[in-house]
Amino acid sequence: MRGTAPAPALMPGERMKPKWMRTFWRYRWLYLFMVPGIAYYIIFHYIPMFGLVVAFQNYNLMEGIFGSPWVGLDNFRTVFSSPDFPVLIKNTLLLSFYRIIFNMLPDLVLALMLNEIRVRWFKKTIQTLTYGPHFLSWIIVYGIMFSFFAPGSGLVTTFFRDMGWGSIDVLTNSEWFRPMLVLTDIWKSTGYGAIIYLAALAGINNELYESASMDGAGRWRQLWHITLPGVRDVFILLVILRLGSILDAGFEQVYIFLNVRVYDVGDILDTWIFRRGIEQMDFSVPAAVGVFKSIIGFVLVLGANKLAKRFGGSGIW
Amino acid sequence: MLLYQKSLSDRVTDMVIYIVLALFGIATLFPVYYVFVVSITPYSEVLRNGGFLLIPKNITFEAFKAIFTSGVVPRALNVTVLITVMGTALNLAVTTLLAYPLSKKFLPGRNAVLLAIVFTMLFSGGLIPTFLTVKAVGLMNTIWALIIPGLVSTFNMLIMKTYFESLPPEIEEAAKVDGCTDVGTLLRIVLPLSAPIMATLGLFYGVNHWNSYFGGIMYLNDRDMFPLQVVLRNMIVTPSVSQELSVPQSQLSALPPESIKMATVVVAIIPVIAVYPFLQRYFIKGMMLGAVKG
Repeated sequence: MRGTAPAPALMPGERMKPKWMRTFWRYRWLYLFMVPGIAYYIIFHYIPMFGLVVAFQNYNLMEGIFGSPWVGLDNFRTVFSSPDFPVLIKNTLLLSFYRIIFNMLPDLVLALMLNEIRVRWFKKTIQTLTYGPHFLSWIIVYGIMFSFFAPGSGLVTTFFRDMGWGSIDVLTNSEWFRPMLVLTDIWKSTGYGAIIYLAALAGINNELYESASMDGAGRWRQLWHITLPGVRDVFILLVILRLGSILDAGFEQVYIFLNVRVYDVGDILDTWIFRRGIEQMDFSVPAAVGVFKSIIGFVLVLGANKLAKRFGGSGIW
Repeated sequence: MLLYQKSLSDRVTDMVIYIVLALFGIATLFPVYYVFVVSITPYSEVLRNGGFLLIPKNITFEAFKAIFTSGVVPRALNVTVLITVMGTALNLAVTTLLAYPLSKKFLPGRNAVLLAIVFTMLFSGGLIPTFLTVKAVGLMNTIWALIIPGLVSTFNMLIMKTYFESLPPEIEEAAKVDGCTDVGTLLRIVLPLSAPIMATLGLFYGVNHWNSYFGGIMYLNDRDMFPLQVVLRNMIVTPSVSQELSVPQSQLSALPPESIKMATVVVAIIPVIAVYPFLQRYFIKGMMLGAVKG
């Protein structure tokens, strides 16, 4: 069989088969290739989507999805009337907004600054250094933070104590928790985040700068009229993606940095779901929060995309 | 590249840019460098210098000796290396097999499959249903629970598909005319042409496995199966390390827990730094390919 080669001779009798079967047979290897991948998406993405029905049940592990009793919207009532819920929402949204403001702008600023550098070795060195932390795990970042700021034994903590400057408490202090998350995120991901803007900057037509300079435009005017419009689409696209995951707020980092003493500011929807669901084996109420999260996220991406298109951007699709 | 006559104020701006970038570069490097220094310096020496130590003194590898003779860290390293190697191989195989047919625009049904896959980027079941699914298919407390639930990254798959689409179709058509099957074309024609993308995505997947943490705490009960990141996190948050390492305190008496913690952090960092030059060569290209069509 020759795949896509000119239609091979058919066996007698095969001529009668409908067209879709012949097409299928012709491309059978290509379809076969996709089987493991499609099975993966069905089992680990689509089945969990339908698994969200546990949010409408009083699920228990013994009975399973098909045996557990249906309770309608009871779990949602429990969630929305719980005094914890507004706190979780507030923590999640605040943290997400902080991240959008304080983590998206440094990415762009770093790219713009790198774009101004003419000394190649300097540019390359800075890029090599700043891209690196993206590939370190949050556990490692936490380990580094811990060695500096652990109460009692951290190096900076000890230093402050020895100098008689009192105690500083960055890891277990509610006031410090959000700034610490944002700062470590800047440290870890700014360099990598700049790459996508650098790609966009590299795509700007050089003739634009040439003619602008001929017209006497200085550095700042060129930045404002040529460079910034050149990265606008990428920036908007990233904002859309961020808005879509506004209820995520960076679960991995938050969970790893979280401790009981900063629950009041650091507990977000996902960490709560994780604690209640995975650690305490109570599935239905956290699943209801999950449904809420998934639907809001979906609506936000669609909405933001529409908005971006209305304002003349290209959107994601 | 901006073009203009440089005035005095432009030169000052340039200076500021160079200084800010240099400071940011140092701020990025310093914590990692510092952890290295602390891990090979006796802790008493670190404290004597008030914690500020730029050049290692009295270099010692005691902390590394302690963690490698403990049993716990070597075992965790074994698990992590195993899931990294096996996981990456499976990731690449399944991703390739999925991305190759999806790169063929003539394939009936391609758009529907693609749409269904991209949809999973917008809407997901979330934590609880995924956990229940992994439990239901019997992966709990097996090494596969750390590999199978993340078998294909949609982002990586789309990058690979874009790459395959960029290969000149004439080569494959010629192979077909010469009687090559789809399997033969993929193995003998397409794969040899795809070394750069395989390296990029292999490194992406590999680093992800090396750094993975949540799979371990969600799906494993058996402490002997914990991967390195889980062991590391447990070590960091427990004041006494001897319990985490399951060696008697007497054996570690000379070593403060801080040294051991830092040495373990270094063990987790070193492989990432070792592959970083290769990563850097490829990931920018990968990011841009993804940015074009992702």
